[in-house]
Amino acid sequence: MSVDTLDQGRSDSAAPVAPAIELIGVSKSFGPVQANKDISMTVAKGAIHGIVGENGAGKSTLMSILYGFYKADAGEIKINGVKTEITDSHAAIAAGIGMVHQHFMLVEPFTVLENVIMGAEDGPLLRPSLAKARKVLTQLAKEYELDVDPDAIVGDLSVGFQQRVEILKALYREADILILDEPTGVLTPAEADHLFRILENLKAQGKTIVLITHKLREIMAITDTVSVMRRGQMTATVPTAETSPSQLADLMVGRHVLLEVEKGAPNPGEVLLEVKNLSATDFQGVEKLKSISFNLRAGEILGVAGVAGNGQTDLLEILGGISPATAGEVRVKGEPIDLSKKASAALRRERGIGHVPEDRHQRGLVMPFQTWENTAFGYHNKPEFSGPMGLANQKAMLADAKEKIEKFDIRPTSPFLPASSYSGGNQQKIVIAREIENNPDVLLVGQPTRGVDIGAIEFIHKQIIALRDSGKAVLLVSVELEEILALSDRIIVMFDGVIQGERTPENTNEQELGMLMAGMNPEGTS
Amino acid sequence: MNKGLPKWADVLLIPVLSLLLALFVSGLVVLFIGRDPIEAVKVMVQGAFGKYGIGYTLYYTTNFIFTGLAVAVAFHARLFNIGGEGQAGLGGVGVALVLLSFNWPNWVVALIAASIGAAIFGAAWAAIPAYLQAKRGSHIVITTIMFNLIGSALINYLLVGPMQAPGMVPETPGFPEAAALPTLHDVFAVFGIAFDKNAPANVSIFIALAALVFVYILIWKTRIGYEIRAFGHSEKAAVYAGISPLKITMIAMLVSGALAGLMAINTVMGEAERLVLDSVQGAGFVGIAVALMGRSHPVGVLLAAFLFGILYQGGGELSFAMGIPREMIVVIQALVIMFTGSLENIVRMPVEKLFLRFNKGGA
Repeated sequence: MSVDTLDQGRSDSAAPVAPAIELIGVSKSFGPVQANKDISMTVAKGAIHGIVGENGAGKSTLMSILYGFYKADAGEIKINGVKTEITDSHAAIAAGIGMVHQHFMLVEPFTVLENVIMGAEDGPLLRPSLAKARKVLTQLAKEYELDVDPDAIVGDLSVGFQQRVEILKALYREADILILDEPTGVLTPAEADHLFRILENLKAQGKTIVLITHKLREIMAITDTVSVMRRGQMTATVPTAETSPSQLADLMVGRHVLLEVEKGAPNPGEVLLEVKNLSATDFQGVEKLKSISFNLRAGEILGVAGVAGNGQTDLLEILGGISPATAGEVRVKGEPIDLSKKASAALRRERGIGHVPEDRHQRGLVMPFQTWENTAFGYHNKPEFSGPMGLANQKAMLADAKEKIEKFDIRPTSPFLPASSYSGGNQQKIVIAREIENNPDVLLVGQPTRGVDIGAIEFIHKQIIALRDSGKAVLLVSVELEEILALSDRIIVMFDGVIQGERTPENTNEQELGMLMAGMNPEGTS
Repeated sequence: MNKGLPKWADVLLIPVLSLLLALFVSGLVVLFIGRDPIEAVKVMVQGAFGKYGIGYTLYYTTNFIFTGLAVAVAFHARLFNIGGEGQAGLGGVGVALVLLSFNWPNWVVALIAASIGAAIFGAAWAAIPAYLQAKRGSHIVITTIMFNLIGSALINYLLVGPMQAPGMVPETPGFPEAAALPTLHDVFAVFGIAFDKNAPANVSIFIALAALVFVYILIWKTRIGYEIRAFGHSEKAAVYAGISPLKITMIAMLVSGALAGLMAINTVMGEAERLVLDSVQGAGFVGIAVALMGRSHPVGVLLAAFLFGILYQGGGELSFAMGIPREMIVVIQALVIMFTGSLENIVRMPVEKLFLRFNKGGA
């Protein structure tokens, strides 16, 4: 199956090679929402084709149609020039399509081998399949730099290796076309680079790759052609060499956007937040934070960089009063705060700590709540929202919601819609409006622009900087290095529960931060 | 997900269609045992709404309002209180202890005291599973079921032991005469309206109606209600907002248990006027169906409780008048619970599709 006589790269040979994927007039709607509108797209064989677009632009729907999760309302799909009905994922696999989902579809207590053969067993007995898979895996590992221990338990592997298992699963099923949905979201820069090398190797062997991402840098680095989606439509398909990140961003949003954040020099004042030897152990006895210390001043944004799961979440939750610490001390404006189990988020808010949580769907918002209920969430016991006899002052809550909707340009503007009916960007604006307008001294911000459209990112960044300029302290946790570099006045990098290094954005770059994030210490001390 | 569905269809059309479907299948069951389903409907309606029946229908409705509300309140905190049966039973113990401890001069004072006793005992019986859930993560469905059994055994013991009236019958002595609640016959007589004298429906129904209003205000107008709903939708979000899961679990279950316990003023104080074995008679479980069908909203609970009141009374009439065995009536009631509760999607999905097509055609 790995035989391919074609030369790699953009071969403009006259030989009439049918494109790997051809979509003609594909449409799909969910109720009143048109997720895909008359989409036509061609992906050349042996190419890496990027698809970019904001959240909700229809990228995932399109790929789900290609992989047989949804059936298109109209249009046709040709695979290698042959019209193909993809009714379910079995049909997709039979057509040579493999998919690496954003959230892995792996059985964690199973070994790599068991995961790989799952659903592709040859007979009722496992042994022959496992033996065959072991051979194939050894071969694939050599060919593509895809080394994984076949007998390792998947749950014990790092995220980067788990992703390789997903790719191996697709290749074991003899996929010629590989779709990757946001593959680098959970990877360190080094792991991402390795992934890209794997993709280049796959391409060299004639595989076709479709890469869905919202990171323009990746598109520029690795793709041959790129398609831009906006509001369910394919707005452009261009050779990557002939475009630029800012042009792509404009195409995604439909207007000119500033990718660079404009901000003045910081004017740091007194120390507002003082963290000393903070440690935390989870209920399984795993050390999540190992004696962390740092200071945060008024008028300053301190960025916390790191791959997800290296203690940043625990740091935010301890400071936000959600979970207890096991040791250490935290002072706000010089006064210690309660780090025991008795602490609560309500007490933190009284002490002037606001919190934009990393997960707005599960924490920051109550999804079925209407906006006027969500804009008071966590502050609902404040005197202005309280009526007599335990009643809520719903009039005041509503008036307050209307104010925030206006000031933060939350759309749609009705205060009576449940949070679930807003776009990611507008949901995040509800959270940010609530936390900023309650005038905290210290604002904890986790992943402020995750799943947020580019237009709203610009707005949210401006709000965070405005808060800094008004003399507040901001602790910014983000896995997006670009965001950390653009917003922070100082940067600390977390790895495995310790602060691996501290830098200023002027004196560092993504490479150096990436090494710190991977637990290495470039050029000595920090 | 149900974006295509207008609210009236969601709260009205789907339950009504589910109900019709359940009645249709019930009709098949009646046909199957060789009786006339049309005749059966007639008997049921007459049995439930007739001169003698309505007083029983309203009596059952009162029970189901209390137990339905109990399940509904807990459900807003995403706690599945299956323990209404036990909590209502213990409520009866509370009523009996209060009424037997003192020679009550008149029924108003007795009713207030008995209500407090019923509520406290019901709440206490819910408090233990609630605490175990909040502190130890013991699943409340399991613990409340177990507490139904424990409660039933406890009441058996009390009725053949410490609280037993002289004699061989497992029941308490009768309550003081003056503590007897006025029946609806007495109430309506004041206004000159005739009402069956023997029907058990009594003034407790007004307490049930007040409880409906209370629950509405509690859940939608108070800060505690806001916290209960937030916790019910997402515990993680509640913790983020500084809402204590322990506090909300306890409050929701205490209110829930108190409401279930209050049912005893209707049955134990209003009807039997003594505590007897099995005074709850499954009303605790019917409350689950009532809350599900009523969407945990007081208005829905009222309508669903009335429907189940009709089914209970009409069903009893059915076995009496047509000789349909009692077990078959239970089958019919179970069908209604099944179709309106757990099988709701059978109706929901086609209706949603229909609305989508209709909306598209209109657009």
